[in-house]
Amino acid sequence: MSFHPEMQYAPARFHKSERMLAEPGGAFEYSPENQARFNEVVTHYPPEWRKSAILYALFLAQHQQGYVTRAAMRFVAGQIGCTPAEVEDVVSYYTMFYTRPVGTYVLNVCRTLPCALRGAERVTEELSAALGIQPGETDPTGTFTLIEVECLGACDRAPVVMVNDDWHECLAPERAARFVDDLRTAGPGVLSGCHLHVERRRI
Amino acid sequence: MAFEPILTKHVREPDSFTLDFYVKHDRGYEALRTAVTTMKPSDVIERVKDSGLRGRGGAGFPTGLKWQFVLKDTPKPKYICCNADESEPGTFKDHVLMERNPHLLIEGCAIGCYAIGAKVAYIYIRGEFYHVQLMLEHAIEEAYRAGFLGKNILGSGFDCDVFIHRGAGAYEAGEETALIESLEGKRAQPRLKPPFPAVAGLYRCPTAVNNVETLCNVPSIVLNGAEWYVALGPEKNGGPKLYCISGHVKKPGVYEASMRTTLKELIYDYAGGMLDDRPLKAVIPGGSSVPLLLPDQLDTPASFDAIQKAGSLLGSAGIIVLDDTVCMVWLAMNLLNFYRHESCGKCTPCREGTDWLLKLLQRIERGEGRPKDLDLLFGVSSNITGKTLCAFGDAAATPVLTTMKLFRAEYEAHVREGRCVLPSEWRARQPVFAAHH
Repeated sequence: MSFHPEMQYAPARFHKSERMLAEPGGAFEYSPENQARFNEVVTHYPPEWRKSAILYALFLAQHQQGYVTRAAMRFVAGQIGCTPAEVEDVVSYYTMFYTRPVGTYVLNVCRTLPCALRGAERVTEELSAALGIQPGETDPTGTFTLIEVECLGACDRAPVVMVNDDWHECLAPERAARFVDDLRTAGPGVLSGCHLHVERRRI
Repeated sequence: MAFEPILTKHVREPDSFTLDFYVKHDRGYEALRTAVTTMKPSDVIERVKDSGLRGRGGAGFPTGLKWQFVLKDTPKPKYICCNADESEPGTFKDHVLMERNPHLLIEGCAIGCYAIGAKVAYIYIRGEFYHVQLMLEHAIEEAYRAGFLGKNILGSGFDCDVFIHRGAGAYEAGEETALIESLEGKRAQPRLKPPFPAVAGLYRCPTAVNNVETLCNVPSIVLNGAEWYVALGPEKNGGPKLYCISGHVKKPGVYEASMRTTLKELIYDYAGGMLDDRPLKAVIPGGSSVPLLLPDQLDTPASFDAIQKAGSLLGSAGIIVLDDTVCMVWLAMNLLNFYRHESCGKCTPCREGTDWLLKLLQRIERGEGRPKDLDLLFGVSSNITGKTLCAFGDAAATPVLTTMKLFRAEYEAHVREGRCVLPSEWRARQPVFAAHH
C-alpha cells in the first residue's frame, strides 16, 4: 500500500504497530510486598486520579514476572479502576515495558548521535556477533536480550549500555565481546555503574 | 575559565548528595527558610522575574512570567511539575544535578510551590534514570525527616509534598503537555494549546512545568538577589549555565559557565579540544533538534540570544561536536531514526513524515538515491515544520533542513557516486547495524 507514488511503504509495516500482541500468561496478582508498595504510591495522587499510578503499577508487575502479560494488564486495570484496553494503550506506547519474555540481562545499547559518534554502531555489531543474535532478539539460553535504544542521557560517557536498570559506561567496541563473557561469568558486578556515583551504591 | 560554579561547585566531592553536606557547604535550605518566613509568594515571583531567569529546558521562557501566569483565584489545587525527563540527544546536565546535588532541586521545588501556591510538586524522571531516582528518593526522605518538606514547613504554616513519578521510555514526555498527560497515566502525547498548563495543566488544574536546572537556579536567586544573578551573564542571559559537551572532544562532560563564554572556549578550553586534534566540521549547539553552526561561528557566545542570532538555538545546551569524519547524510539519518522512533504518532505530518524522511535518507546513504530525492527530502521536511501540535515536528525536520542547507554537496555526491562518500571507521561495518534496516 502506498499513499504517494514517490514513497513505497513496505508491506503492512507501520512503525509502532509492529509490536506483537502480549502473551496471555497465567493468573497474576502482586506479591504482598508489591501490593503494599502500590497501595503506598497510589496515595501520592488525588483519589480521583488513581490512573496516574499506572506506570508504577506496570513496573511492579514487570519487576515481579519479567514482562507484562495480558493477565497482568487485566490485574493492573483492576487495581487502577480502568479498562484493560486503557492499560494496553499505555503498555504499547512506552518502550520500557516488555510484552514478551526477555533474558536475565537486557542489553540496551544507545544508538543515538553522541554515542554513535563514539562507536555505538560497532558496539551493537560486536555484541550481536558475540551473542549470535540480532537486535531485538533473546539468545536461546535466555540469558541475554539485545535491544537498541535511543539517547540514554549519558553522552559524555559514550558509548553507554543500560543493563536492566543499571548503566555500563564507555564500552569500547573492542571490549564488547569480553564484556559479555564477564557478565556471563561474574554477574552484574562487572557493570561500571554511573561514574558520578563515587560512593558506589552505598545508599 | 574564571567562572566560579554555583550549581555544580561540590558535585565531585564524596557525599555531596547528603543533607548534611548540603546544609554545611551550600547554605542548604536557607533560601527556603528566607522565602517562607520573610517573603510573600508574590515577592518570590517578583525576585525571580527581576533575575531574568530563563527556562533551561530548551525554550528559554522567563520563569518568573511562567509562575505569574499560573491562575491565582481558583479553588482548584495548583501543581509544580519538574521536568526531569532529560532525553534530548546530547543533554545530560540534569542528571548531574539530581545525582550529586538532589537537595538543591528539592529546595527549588519547594520554593516554586510556595511562590505559585501549590502544595505538591511532582518530579517526572525518565525511566532510564533509575539510579538517579534512588538518590532523589533518599534525598526526599532526608528532607522530610528534617522538616524541609511535609506539613508546616519551618513553622510557617506552608505545606509541601514532593513526589517522584517514574516515566517508562518516551522522548515526547519531555514536552510539557505530554509530560502532564503521562503523569495522568496516559500516552505521552501533547495537548492542543491553549489552554496552557498555567490555566489547565495537571488534572485540569493550574500547573507550572519547570526544568530541573531552572528550579535549581531558584534558591541562589532568593538568597543572593536578582541583581547578583543578572550580573553573572550578558544582558537577558543572566546566571550560571550548564553546558553538556559530547561528541568528538577530548574531555566530554558537563561544564558550568557564564553565558558570556564562547563556543570556542567551551570546546577548546573546557572540553580540552578536538579528539585526536582533528579539524572541527560543525557543531550542534543545543541538542539534536537545532540547526548546525560552522567553524567560523565558534566565536559566538553560548547564550540564548547570541546563538539565536547566529542562526541556531541554545536549546538544552547539549553541544555535540563533529569532526571531519562525520558524513552529514549519515548524521541526518541517525537523528531521523531517533525522531521516527520517538514520534508520539498524534499528528500525521510528524508521524508519517519522519518515516518518509528516514526512508529517503537511508536510500541516499545506501547509494540508491535519485537526484529528485533531494527535492523530495526538502518538500517533506517543509511539510512537517509548523504543522504539528508541539515542537517535535520542527525538531525532527531540522537535521534534514540544516544539513541540506549547509552540506548539500555531500548529498549530491552520495547520489552521483552511488555510495557514502565519507564512511568512517567508527561506524558499523555491516549496513544492518547502521540504521539501514
